[in-house]
Amino acid sequence: MNRLDALRGTTPQKPHDARAIAALAANPGCSRRALMDGAGIDKDAAARHLGFPAPFGQSPFAITRGNAFEALVKADGCAELLRMLRDLLGLPIAEVAYHDVENVGAHLRHTHTRTLIDRAVRQEDAGTVYDHPLFTLDIAGHTAYLEPDVVAFQLGGRFHIVEIKSFAVIDGQADPAAVAAAARQAAVYVLALRGLLAELGHDPLRVSHEVVLVCPENFANRPVATLVDVRRELAVLRRQLTRMTTLDRLLDGLPDDLTFDLLPGEDGLPTRPVAELADAVRGAAARYAPDCLSTCDLCFFCRDEARQEGASDLLGRHVRDELGGVASVGEVLGLADGTRDAAAGQEEIARLLRNAERLRRECLT
Amino acid sequence: MSLLTSLARLRALDEGIAQPIATVRHCHVSARPMVFIPLKLSGEAAAPLAAMLGTDRDEPRLLVVPQPRNRDLRFAWAAELAGVLVPYIETFLASTETVARKNADPYERAVDAPQLVLPNRAGVAFTRLLGRSTRFRSLDGPYPVPMGVPLLGRWLTYFAERAAYPGSSLTLCATDELGRHWASGQSALEDANLAALVSWITEGPNDDAEDPLIWPPAGPATDPGFDAEVLAPAIESESAERVTEALRTQLAPTWRLMWRALDLLRGLREGAGVAQRWEQDRASFSGMAAQVTEGGPPQARRDGAIAAAARLARMERAQAAYDVQRAYDDPLIMAEYRLTGEAFAGEVVENDPDNTEGEGRSRKLRPLVVIKTDDPVRLAPGTALGTPERRGQGAQLVSARDGLVTIKITKGMGRAKTPAPGSVPEVGERVCYTSLTDDFQGSPALPDPEATPWTHGGPPQTYVPTDEDAQEEWS
Repeated sequence: MNRLDALRGTTPQKPHDARAIAALAANPGCSRRALMDGAGIDKDAAARHLGFPAPFGQSPFAITRGNAFEALVKADGCAELLRMLRDLLGLPIAEVAYHDVENVGAHLRHTHTRTLIDRAVRQEDAGTVYDHPLFTLDIAGHTAYLEPDVVAFQLGGRFHIVEIKSFAVIDGQADPAAVAAAARQAAVYVLALRGLLAELGHDPLRVSHEVVLVCPENFANRPVATLVDVRRELAVLRRQLTRMTTLDRLLDGLPDDLTFDLLPGEDGLPTRPVAELADAVRGAAARYAPDCLSTCDLCFFCRDEARQEGASDLLGRHVRDELGGVASVGEVLGLADGTRDAAAGQEEIARLLRNAERLRRECLT
Repeated sequence: MSLLTSLARLRALDEGIAQPIATVRHCHVSARPMVFIPLKLSGEAAAPLAAMLGTDRDEPRLLVVPQPRNRDLRFAWAAELAGVLVPYIETFLASTETVARKNADPYERAVDAPQLVLPNRAGVAFTRLLGRSTRFRSLDGPYPVPMGVPLLGRWLTYFAERAAYPGSSLTLCATDELGRHWASGQSALEDANLAALVSWITEGPNDDAEDPLIWPPAGPATDPGFDAEVLAPAIESESAERVTEALRTQLAPTWRLMWRALDLLRGLREGAGVAQRWEQDRASFSGMAAQVTEGGPPQARRDGAIAAAARLARMERAQAAYDVQRAYDDPLIMAEYRLTGEAFAGEVVENDPDNTEGEGRSRKLRPLVVIKTDDPVRLAPGTALGTPERRGQGAQLVSARDGLVTIKITKGMGRAKTPAPGSVPEVGERVCYTSLTDDFQGSPALPDPEATPWTHGGPPQTYVPTDEDAQEEWS
């Protein structure tokens, strides 16, 4: 049996959506995350079972608003979208064909997407909009299916990914974090579509690295389109995916009998003893950083672990950098108090810490 | 953040309680602050849901939009908000003082100014958006809004802009101000949670702060669980009372926290430079009030090239002055510069108050002082120095080695042949000198807006209010 399948055990595989794949790039140094994602573990279920449920949730108001906005953009065969694409790309887009790939059954969608796209490239015909295409991407040897709520637009054999988001662009400015997340997600689709073209024997660079981001403008529901360059996100993503296909190195370091199996019962709920699962998860080293709190389902578990270890990671990367990489709280305070001798290579940071401690004492007494 | 702060954070983590990183308070806390906690509807850019506000901790005002998707109710809410905020702001306009200026006409400055206190940075950002969505409205025409709404928009915009201005206390962001005075044992990201930060300062870490059922988020975003299970059914029931009570449960805990945060800040002694910065705030406030009275246009959507450059320069100067003043006011902030070798403190071991340089008419008094210090001094001979103990004094580094620093005093000794009494540090006195000085920086020479070069887009178009602005959808 594949080593990764063994890690997952009897738990059903959790499909990667674009959001999950995009989040891989957030903390590339974390082995725990790389392994669990590589094996397709449902991290949310694992965190819940461990007693550290993830702090994420989406408000029903936000979901309603997002759906309403998407419907508006796609209404009448994407009429609104085409109007914006005409302005944005400066193309003489007259008539376009509209294909909603969702019309066929789920099992056929990927094949259908392939056929449609292959035909578009060969015929280089008029513009086409593909709604609900189904792409695939290889993640650590597994095929992940991506069902973007985006559309791909092609004209003259050149493709653009269109991402529809419901955060507002106000006077030409949007929340930078939201834009960055959208760009990371769009990069996943660009990569998947490029992979598809390469598979079909076409030039993958026919997929533009500029994606079209559609957002509401100002306080109204009127959509506005912007081109976003995702080359940097593509590079990060590619590197991270290559790294995941070389999980072997990480797997070699693990005990043979290690598994993250949740042992789901007949009702699908995990039955594995919590302490045993916690031990197994600790078997793969994590690299906790406060940023995890906004991206990873396991964040509260890893934070708790970092607290117990007294790791300076808890305070954020730049505190750790400032401490010259001294990893534990006890060690830093020992160096500052002078109760601990500096190891080789720590002389400089130890001197600074002792000085800092002397100054704090002098000013606070 | 500096190594000193990082060390304080580790100490906090180790001892389980936040550690001070300032010995005095660096912001002004008004005697009558307006605490303002806005909430918005999730998923929308700037759809207000509710606000709790007021100047009296026992009497919070709760304003609610019972049906957040209804545009008219939103504007009614904005009008209610204006009805609380604008009269509060205007009470400060009654009493003014006349200030004389060099090379300019004297002007009137308010003797006190309003202060808006928000829980976190997201609250400030939302205030800005609220201002943006209301300041261009019009009282008449096709889409009239109630009285006071456009004016509210201009003031909200002003307060949100002042929040970004270094050293200004017109708008306080509670988490930022607490974080400037205490180091908690958690990351900066987690410090943005007001409940968690206050807990670190008062009794130590508490995971309850992250539980939305115990401590609802301090806004402007509400807890998704609350939205789904409480708010959505309440809105659907079309009972304004039910929505109001639901939102009160989300706001009341934060209301108490905000006053707790103000108490904590008030518990610190005020730094020497605070009054001076508040004076600038009062001047800025009076300037804004004058613009409103004179019927000036609302703030532009985006600054033109010249206005942006001027604003940036102003803020950079304010930041530099703020950094220097805080260091001069607070030995613990000065310690950061002592750690990097830009300042040193120690005891005077030797002095020569009558030392002179030059002969005849160019003979100048240059008292010499030798200071013994443990600090790592990294300053070159000839560096100009200042000292918090004697603000007007100027000095120069002569030499520094083996923990002994020799300086000569160049300024601030009076005009007599011998130094004025007390102007030269005595042997045995503890002193601190630093290369950090609050020198006056002139503003950069920028062309008039009408002369904006084509490289920067040419002269900006003058703003003419249009019906289109006033009609902008707010959905």
